[in-house]
Amino acid sequence: MKRYNIRIAGVGGQGVVTSAHILGNAMSAAGKYATLVPFFGSEKRMAPVEAYVRVSDQPIYEVGEVVYPNVIMIYHPQVITHGKSYTMPFYSGLKEGGMVIINTDADIIPPEDWQVLRELNTRVYMFPATKLALEVAGTELATNMAMVGLFFGITRLVGFEHIEQAVRERFLGNTFVASGGTTALDSAIEKKFKKKMELLEKNMQVIREAFKIAEERGWVEEEAYTP
Amino acid sequence: MPEQRVVDADYLLLEAPRERKFITGAQAMAEAVKRANVDIAIAYPITPQSEVMHLVGDLWAQGYLKDYYRAEEEYGAMSAIAGAVRGGVRAFTATSGPGLLRGFEAIASWPGHRIPAVLGVLTRVVNAPLSIQPDNIEIAYLLNCGMIVLHAENQQDVFDFTLAGFVISEKVDVYIPVAVCTEGFFVTHAKGYVNMTPEDMKLPPRDPYKAPVPPTDCEIPPARIQRDAPVQKSNFMSYLIHAVWQQEVWASNRRAMKYIYKYLGGPIEVVNPDAEVFIVASGCAAAQGREAVRYAQMEGLNVGLVKVKSIRPFPEKEIREVLKKAKAVIVPEHNIIGWLAREIKATIPDNDKVIGGPRVYGGMTLPVELIMEKIYDVFGIKKERKVVV
Repeated sequence: MKRYNIRIAGVGGQGVVTSAHILGNAMSAAGKYATLVPFFGSEKRMAPVEAYVRVSDQPIYEVGEVVYPNVIMIYHPQVITHGKSYTMPFYSGLKEGGMVIINTDADIIPPEDWQVLRELNTRVYMFPATKLALEVAGTELATNMAMVGLFFGITRLVGFEHIEQAVRERFLGNTFVASGGTTALDSAIEKKFKKKMELLEKNMQVIREAFKIAEERGWVEEEAYTP
Repeated sequence: MPEQRVVDADYLLLEAPRERKFITGAQAMAEAVKRANVDIAIAYPITPQSEVMHLVGDLWAQGYLKDYYRAEEEYGAMSAIAGAVRGGVRAFTATSGPGLLRGFEAIASWPGHRIPAVLGVLTRVVNAPLSIQPDNIEIAYLLNCGMIVLHAENQQDVFDFTLAGFVISEKVDVYIPVAVCTEGFFVTHAKGYVNMTPEDMKLPPRDPYKAPVPPTDCEIPPARIQRDAPVQKSNFMSYLIHAVWQQEVWASNRRAMKYIYKYLGGPIEVVNPDAEVFIVASGCAAAQGREAVRYAQMEGLNVGLVKVKSIRPFPEKEIREVLKKAKAVIVPEHNIIGWLAREIKATIPDNDKVIGGPRVYGGMTLPVELIMEKIYDVFGIKKERKVVV
């Protein structure tokens, strides 16, 4: 499998770093390799955020930010329309034959940028992730799940069960024992757990839908996961 | 804390079973300290070192160390380390960038005072302008003080070099301090796989009488020459004593090489020894170099890597041998002056084949693509640069 050097650009509060963890953990669950670098800045809501993930089926030695990505994921249209990003323009450093996934419901790429992307032979996938999150999970907080779902829906680097494992780890942690002494489980914990389970299920639905969209639109690429 | 039993140092370093953990570089350094039977740790906090000393403080709270305190600042910390070690105990400290330089007068006198200790150097920009990112220029300042200087590429190296550092440092025919350097953040705050010895095994305690100089005996050097400085007697005496003493320090430094072979598998690691073109690098730059070798292989270019683990003693003979037939030598670095390139140029006879760089500074990332550009240059490959920056 080839190496995917991914740069994720979004704004604070969208779960950019969280989804980078889920990307990495899903690879790890599938017995592959991933490394993750968050941008060490002063993050706050609606301010630019970047995270970098490298994934492969071979060990990864490289450290630091991904300066020359072959995958760019844009979580918020303002990264492009308002230049809310540490790296500008949004395609800065993009390698030839790479992939760009943008959360948008309209074509927001200016003509001159389109020209650059065409010259670089880039595959551009525009996809209304926030709209999907609102429709399926009832919250735009699941935008990051839609983006992760679409990335894996296109690349098929891992199986659906690996993504589920990664999302479960993120939301339930490794310490949450669901069946531990049911009588002792007081209602507060039960309520909290129930809420977490609902959250998990909604997130998984969003990911499932994103997978479906990748398939319906014929975006699935060559490196299909084979168990 | 689990009950720890003392095991033979050679057994712990070379034979003990190991378990794989996914931890940060800071954790790896603290885990080595946990297994090293350290008596005291003294430090002053600075980013990115603070993570390490925080974890070592936790070890003291759990009972692994007998004493731990935050000194008034680095000069105090490094002086106190000298005092503790002369008093006969095993000591650990760590610092970063400006902190290293603040403590440096004391640190530079450790080798002459025959202080066996381990100093963690978690690199960061040396001011100014201020940055806290992992530029490694501070290692250049360490090279000429007599210390053993090891440069770790990743979390595994940090664990291995730190644990072995105590053993090498206390060998009677060495008996000088060991600096274990690695890049801040890139290694200290990032996770990697580390194979570690069991938590319930530790090194034997320091035996202060197994030494070329006795502990705290004020009548015999080096304590005597501190108390009763030769310069007070005569200039003639002072330069003579200083000269023979420093010769012995540097001879000790060279004698450490056999232990670097024994415990760390040698001062260099060579990937693809028959390569036409070599990347020579240390620390994180070696990790980037490893990827460049992989990229080059994919393009059918015969490129190898020499990772330099030990900067002092510097493996001159070994590097000369590997680079004998190389067409070109590329030295990527995380600092502006290129201290490693200077060392390589001073080591090999045909040094016009050394390409100093690529270099990044201020602590920024060193993209593998920059190393590839140098590789294309030496192979005479013209690439149309399609990347938009």
